[in-house]
Amino acid sequence: MNKGTVFALVIALAAFAGGMFVGKGGGDQAPVITDSGAGASYVAPAEDMSGELVLSGSNTNVAGSSAGFTEVVVEEGQSIQAAVTAASPRTIIRVMPGTYNETIYIDKDDIRLMGVIKESRRAILDGQGTMNDAILYSGNNIVIEGFVITKYKGNGIMGQAGNNFEIRNNIIVDTGVYGIFPQLGQNGIVELNVVSGIEDAAIYIGMSDNIHVAYNEVFDSVAGIEIENSRHSIVEGNYVYNNTGGILAFITPGLPIKTTYDVLIRNNWISGNNTKNFGAPGSTVGGIPAGTGIMVMAADDVVIENNIITNNKTVGILAVDHNTASQLTNITIDPESDPNSDGLKVLNNLMSNNGYDTVDELKAIMLTELKTGNPDIFAVGPSKDSCIINRHRYVTFGVDDFAECDFANTDTIGNYLLPQVAPRDRSTPEQRAKTTYMAICAGCHTYTGRMIGPPVKIIQALYMDNPQGIVDYITNPVKKREDYPEMPPQDYLDEETRMAVAKYMLGRTR
Amino acid sequence: MRSLLRPLLTCVLALVLMPLAQAATQFLLNENCPPSFELMDDGSCELRNLYQFYDSLQDMGVGGTQTSLPAHRDGFTPKQIDLGRFLFFDPALSGDGSTSCASCHHPDKGFSDGRARSIGINGHEAERSAPTLWNVAFLKRLFWDARSGSLEEQAQGPLFHPHEMGNSEAQLRQTLNDNSTYRALFKQAFPDSNSSDVELPQLYSALTAFQTSLISLNSRYDRYAHGYHAALNQQEIEGMNVFRSFVARCAECHTPPLFTNQQIAVIGTPEPEGRALDIGAEVTFDVAKLKGGFKVPSLRNIAKTAPYMHSGRFETLRETVEFYTKGRGHAVPEGVDMHLHWHIWEPNLTDYELDRLVDFLGTLTDETFKPQIPQRVPSGLTPIDHLPQQGESS
Repeated sequence: MNKGTVFALVIALAAFAGGMFVGKGGGDQAPVITDSGAGASYVAPAEDMSGELVLSGSNTNVAGSSAGFTEVVVEEGQSIQAAVTAASPRTIIRVMPGTYNETIYIDKDDIRLMGVIKESRRAILDGQGTMNDAILYSGNNIVIEGFVITKYKGNGIMGQAGNNFEIRNNIIVDTGVYGIFPQLGQNGIVELNVVSGIEDAAIYIGMSDNIHVAYNEVFDSVAGIEIENSRHSIVEGNYVYNNTGGILAFITPGLPIKTTYDVLIRNNWISGNNTKNFGAPGSTVGGIPAGTGIMVMAADDVVIENNIITNNKTVGILAVDHNTASQLTNITIDPESDPNSDGLKVLNNLMSNNGYDTVDELKAIMLTELKTGNPDIFAVGPSKDSCIINRHRYVTFGVDDFAECDFANTDTIGNYLLPQVAPRDRSTPEQRAKTTYMAICAGCHTYTGRMIGPPVKIIQALYMDNPQGIVDYITNPVKKREDYPEMPPQDYLDEETRMAVAKYMLGRTR
Repeated sequence: MRSLLRPLLTCVLALVLMPLAQAATQFLLNENCPPSFELMDDGSCELRNLYQFYDSLQDMGVGGTQTSLPAHRDGFTPKQIDLGRFLFFDPALSGDGSTSCASCHHPDKGFSDGRARSIGINGHEAERSAPTLWNVAFLKRLFWDARSGSLEEQAQGPLFHPHEMGNSEAQLRQTLNDNSTYRALFKQAFPDSNSSDVELPQLYSALTAFQTSLISLNSRYDRYAHGYHAALNQQEIEGMNVFRSFVARCAECHTPPLFTNQQIAVIGTPEPEGRALDIGAEVTFDVAKLKGGFKVPSLRNIAKTAPYMHSGRFETLRETVEFYTKGRGHAVPEGVDMHLHWHIWEPNLTDYELDRLVDFLGTLTDETFKPQIPQRVPSGLTPIDHLPQQGESS
């Protein structure tokens, strides 16, 4: 007995024992026919959730205006990183066509990395199979456009907590684990990129909020587009083909942010995602059966609308819970995550020729209902508050208990992007001064007592009405007192903070 | 005349100084908050750090360079914190008066003890390595296997474990109540208490107050993160980029700014020679897929807390980082079904990259707010005692 058969048996038995996984057969009632144009529109459920801002806007310029930015040009043979390092925030770096072999990291805000495209020649970032990632950023308001990225071992473009990003018009070929991977950020757009040959997700939105993934072409990868542990995101108008799985909305257990909800998957072309799984052993996507169009795992309030879903050999749409998935794949268990895919909403989609060569596991579950056929839509595990329209059009399993949706389209929702998120540092100079004093100065100075440095009272007497004197001293301290150690320079604090903290120190009374 | 006067003067001086000297030897609790804390109008101490200028996605305190920290414990009074300090260093808390908290969490050893596995009373060896206490205020779960949800609860583990501090609730309660100094100090620190006796929850609370004051957030890395990029040299920046790359993937679990995502990870590290496999969090959660899982530790001050991993298998940081590139599951004992974390893979890091990772980890060191070891503790015993000896670490 091979492994697959064992799993199939386990699942079949579990399903029998559970009895509730697969809904009862639909029978011969007349189908409810819903015209998607005539019905009501979807209202996102998230507006009352923890005060998160959800908009239905049409803004896609989330990084803000570039008016007044400095511009610099990088020519072939020069270093892009050198330009980034030299740049102040609010700089556009234009990279001329040519080949560049480097890793670029951006740890400052408002940098725009713009590949110049000349007669279809682009700036090519080539990792030569030895470099780790092409572009890493942690700054806010980052724009990355117009590059070719190839042959890196890690990711093409990786964001760590940068908000308000725009990743657009890049061609990412044969480059490691993820093509585009913004993580832990809010308010970003990934559009008009071509990504292929990626051994995990071509476009991977990880632990992020308010993300728009639109008009990308993703193919020849294990996963096309993955929305993982993220909220308020839209995946629309993408061309997703020849991957192992097309579009995924997952909660991956074991991550610090534990939810995925309010994901709209609409107007995509999801076709022929039948590529043999070449994911790394142990990876989350390594367990996805080849031939999966859309897969929802434990995510809530996923809306699937107006997609063309064709020729995916295992299943068109698969919804699964953690408990089932953990028996089939590498998925672990996380007591802090809700394991079920609740609130799934399947609106009209064009589905054809899916499930024609499905996997044993799904066949076994179908057998528990004495069903056969090629599944378009397959739901396994509990899924409360889910709905579907025009279910009679598809070969379905496990959705018979779904309600009729009381809406038929998402037309009123443009996107979930925010007007630019407020600057990350929202403190006033006074707050900065106080916090800096408490967090740094007070480590060595108390008001009256002797500590590592002299008492604040003595400093006040020396520098009365002279905060600049303190600024000058702390920027470049010299040893002044025999009985105290020399002070380390505080030049890592910016000028404004140094002045503010100097004034704060002079104003202390205890 | 002169020769007569001198001894007389000395004598007078001594008489004058005596009351002063006596006062100095009494135990006074600090009325100021420790560094990095602000004294509030209600008398409590609130944490202040530069990461409070930022926010984080879903307020979870994980992200990149300029991200707020996870939720933390604070709000204790200066006296509670200072009482906790005396208790922390007082061997009277152990069953035989030999061992204090600081015996295994020594400030000069990164609040660990330099040992693979700690030594408790009567030379007993503990099962696991003593974790650092730096920044413990931010941790949601305590112990390597995440079995405790608060520092108050955690404290009772080592206090009453027969191989660690080996005390009993009854004896500990009596020790504290028999000591008039402690009675007075607890009264000062907990003025609202209904009980005239010292109660054990007050002890746990004071220990928690002290431990949550151990803040290390002003490393050279932090200066870089706040925007001063000259704080790190070129090799350290290269190391940082390896650290957060999706090849090494260190930052996926050791996520800044705390350098842990506080999750359980099964990574399959080897036990020291001759020791049986420690199944870790499988016991805590009763989930077989967590066999060999441990809490992801923070890496702040990591250069100070060798040896590494839950049972101290690796002597150096270089050996530790090398573990991750020696092959997924290479150290899992034969026949053990271990569900390894998906980020454990085969990154094929070069020797150069491993060296740079170690360079970068060194930039996470900051001990500027190391608290003072009290010269005396209320029990009259030698503070700390049972000091780990140099070179005794394995």
